[in-house]
Amino acid sequence: MGTRSTLREPPLVKALLMAAAFAYIALMLLLPLWAVMSEAFRAGAKAWAAAVSEPDARAAIKLTLLVAAIAVPLNTIFGVAAAWAISKFQFGGKAVLIAFIELPFSVSPVVSGLVWVLLFGAQGWFGTWLIDRDIQIIFALPGLVLATVFVTFPFVARQLIPLMTAQGRADEEAALTLGASGWQTFWHVTLPNIRFGLLYGVLLCNARAMGEFGAVSVVSGHIRGETNTMPLHVEVLYNEYNFVAAFAVASLLTLLALVTLALKSALEWRYRAALAART
Amino acid sequence: MPSVIPRSSRHSPLPGFGLSLGVTIFWLSAIVLIPLSAVFLKSTTDGWDAFWAAAGSPRALASYRLTFGAALLAAAVNCVFGLLVAWVLVRYSFPFKRLFGALVDLPFALPTAVAGIALTALYADTGMIGKVLAPLGLPVAYKPAGVVVALVFIGLPFIVRTVEPVLAEVSSEMEEAALTLGASRWQTFWRVILPTILPALATGFALAFARGAGEYGSVIFIAGNMPFQSEIAPLLIITQLEEYDYAGAAAIATVMLAVSFAMLLVLNLLQHWQRRRRS
Repeated sequence: MGTRSTLREPPLVKALLMAAAFAYIALMLLLPLWAVMSEAFRAGAKAWAAAVSEPDARAAIKLTLLVAAIAVPLNTIFGVAAAWAISKFQFGGKAVLIAFIELPFSVSPVVSGLVWVLLFGAQGWFGTWLIDRDIQIIFALPGLVLATVFVTFPFVARQLIPLMTAQGRADEEAALTLGASGWQTFWHVTLPNIRFGLLYGVLLCNARAMGEFGAVSVVSGHIRGETNTMPLHVEVLYNEYNFVAAFAVASLLTLLALVTLALKSALEWRYRAALAART
Repeated sequence: MPSVIPRSSRHSPLPGFGLSLGVTIFWLSAIVLIPLSAVFLKSTTDGWDAFWAAAGSPRALASYRLTFGAALLAAAVNCVFGLLVAWVLVRYSFPFKRLFGALVDLPFALPTAVAGIALTALYADTGMIGKVLAPLGLPVAYKPAGVVVALVFIGLPFIVRTVEPVLAEVSSEMEEAALTLGASRWQTFWRVILPTILPALATGFALAFARGAGEYGSVIFIAGNMPFQSEIAPLLIITQLEEYDYAGAAAIATVMLAVSFAMLLVLNLLQHWQRRRRS
């Protein structure tokens, strides 16, 4: 009993440490959240509603949803394929392959956008070829999708590779022995095993896809109502000193972040074992 | 762990190796490897002299100093406060602890542009925090200090999330032993706990630094963006692009990528260190 209590800090130290941690979180995290919400509603609920429903804002919301609706499934398919190959088979160079998959996380978002301009911009490698065929990638939807796919590339794969590696392949082998086909095994055995991990990866992938700023900023061209996603629309409004509208749209993105955090935490609390494959 | 994975056999009974690895390698090449190689190739299209003129121009050098300096400083600040937050999360119990823990991930989930305008609203001379700091002669917004504030916000979860699990594993036996041998609580922290979590702390530091060095969205609103003073390297890339200086933009991007790759190497070494420490 005695050692137990000496293992803890004196009550005063403990209280001070906790107070400092709470103060830091309040100052660094809660205050910015409060700032977004209070600025968004500074001119009242009506101004907020007008700002998020005017045509350019609606176009930005639609574009954001569209880009995420294309980019997230692409990276989900990739993530499942990569995790299947890496976790269920033995081959050389796995460590390098995983390092390459995680590479986009260490690249600046601006560079993630720049690569597409260098390839498909007017003076890029394929610039003249595309202009001759009247195909627009940069300053258009395909560029936004490519930039988003780049920055969200590792999310699903990174979640699934350790999970599926830990699960091994005994379940799949059993299903195959019992006469299931490859696809049947995947749909009825593998997918149920990884569903929470997959959901977790998709959730984070989607949050990043909808909130991405730097990479899409480079390829967007900032054409109002056409190539502005929500974060870019926030920037345009902010630079026009239309702060109430900027924060109003920003409050929607904040809501997205809070919903993502809530779902993510719920998954972590309820399915911790299924996420880490410690079943 | 190894017992979970069946004996290594290249000829796994599972189907889909060719398909899944093919999809993986195709998507990885098309989205990440080929586009990134475009940056290196483009940066030297006008020869090495032009590369050094762009990547080593006084304006570029000033932007690296700010970018990497602010990222280092912010990561250092977060090492102290991130450790504090992790400590409180692991060691103490208090009401709403789960909520507190979930909140730590807010910078991961909140779109960077939203963070940028929220921090600017708080730290501008008229903002809640700026109002207090400005009369003290400590202006933050539109100054290099603003860059550090933004990067501190962005980097917090990296330190907390890498330190947390390791701190939870520090065995109470070890601490008890230190106390039995006559060490004070403070000595136990410095001589026993800190060395144990040092690799994790260093990993978190490196992750926060890498993220901060590439960060764009949260920084540009609060930075002021004056060349030679408060202009970060990612912004300079965008400026070069807007002037259609693709090679110049690619040259600066190459420097940023080189730093990213160096950080990846450092992180891999740190992971080896951590693994050795644990076993």
